[in-house]
Amino acid sequence: MIKVNDLHKTFEGKQVLRGVGFTVNTGETFGIIGKSGSGKSVLLKHLIGLLKPDVGEVWIDDKLISAMSFRKLQRVREKIGMVFQFGALFDSMTVSENIELALKKLTKLSGSSLNDRVTESLASVGLEGTEKLMPSELSGGMKKRVGIARAIAIKPEYMFYDEPTTGLDPVMTDTINRLIKKFKTDERITTVVVTHEMLTVYDVVDRVILLHEGKIQFDGTPEDIKKSDDLVVKQFITGDSTLLLQESR
Amino acid sequence: MIYIGARSIPIVVLTALFSGMVTSVQSAYQFSSWVPSWYVGSVVGNSVLLELAPMITGLVLTGRVGATIAAEIGTMRVTEQIDALESLSFDPVSFLILPRVVAGTIMFPFLIIIADVCGVFGGWVAATTSMDVTTYEFIKGFKTWFHPWDAWFGMIKATTFGFTITSIACYHGYYTRGGALGVGKATTTTVVISCVCIVFLDYLLAELFL
Repeated sequence: MIKVNDLHKTFEGKQVLRGVGFTVNTGETFGIIGKSGSGKSVLLKHLIGLLKPDVGEVWIDDKLISAMSFRKLQRVREKIGMVFQFGALFDSMTVSENIELALKKLTKLSGSSLNDRVTESLASVGLEGTEKLMPSELSGGMKKRVGIARAIAIKPEYMFYDEPTTGLDPVMTDTINRLIKKFKTDERITTVVVTHEMLTVYDVVDRVILLHEGKIQFDGTPEDIKKSDDLVVKQFITGDSTLLLQESR
Repeated sequence: MIYIGARSIPIVVLTALFSGMVTSVQSAYQFSSWVPSWYVGSVVGNSVLLELAPMITGLVLTGRVGATIAAEIGTMRVTEQIDALESLSFDPVSFLILPRVVAGTIMFPFLIIIADVCGVFGGWVAATTSMDVTTYEFIKGFKTWFHPWDAWFGMIKATTFGFTITSIACYHGYYTRGGALGVGKATTTTVVISCVCIVFLDYLLAELFL
């Protein structure tokens, strides 16, 4: 279970998060949506301890990670698979070396069992035979899928996705959405997805929050968000940039 | 080790060779009427071992090694590869920074030894081919005022420069912000600060050890 209490974060005088709090239950797929620059990725980075809050707490499995030392945090991170927006593959390594690096660090696998896990992980994202390719030889969608394979290879209890479908064509978006759902079902993983794609929200998540000006503007199910009368929420889900302007007139 | 050490050898050989040659030619030019020509070997030896090899190699490697490390780690930062390392429970300092600083600190003295040899060789080539200095005279001059401490002092400089250049590069790369602009800025800052530090340390070490 993930619990976030009253999270505040300021960068160079700009308040990005202003008292964000929510709970993600075990096995749940939780969506974080909001406009670009609303603090979604910043919030996600707090969940894995890459950023420390100015005020507030982040709990994972009853462990307060927002105040943890680096060594203790490393042990918590062993349970988390993180998929970055552009894959964040190590560009000096091949596809298989990217996955092996994670496995060698976080598991006791070696030799043929390690190779089998690499092959299995790549097969699960539909990228068999790409082991020897360098990241520079992959398309954007392939990079994201290798990023997913690297994260899923360690058999995490938590999966965090940072804008997994941004910039992809509709078919690839659907492929990634199916992968997120597949791993949630197969591995019983608690999943957090940061996105601004409503298709991903409707298709993948169980519950969603909408961040607006550093605060939670909406918290509910994808069905609830469709019925919301809140203008900020309506504007976001319809993509109508004139909605708030019309209301203020 | 391979990138910082072995792949830097060609540029180190080239710069040291010509540094030795020009030292030889210029000293012979200044000695022309009132100093015996065999002194050229002494000037080349002392200049190369004490100053030219460590200093010029340090400045050249600032461009080659320092800039590369800053750009490499900076790019890893802006493309979230360092965040990815952390998320996989790696300590980026021990995984990315420590090996580079250790490699720089260990490999620079070896490069300076190569630069010493090439610099003296270049000086000998220039002295014997374009001036009236024989090999015997050159070696006589070289040996007359040769102190082993000079060579050791060059090694101290090399170790200090290696540590300084790689540390500055790693620091600026690690704290890169923004995109390509940030990487460019980190690289430029690394080169500028490293060059300033090298000339300052060069003076400081001379004051301390000579």
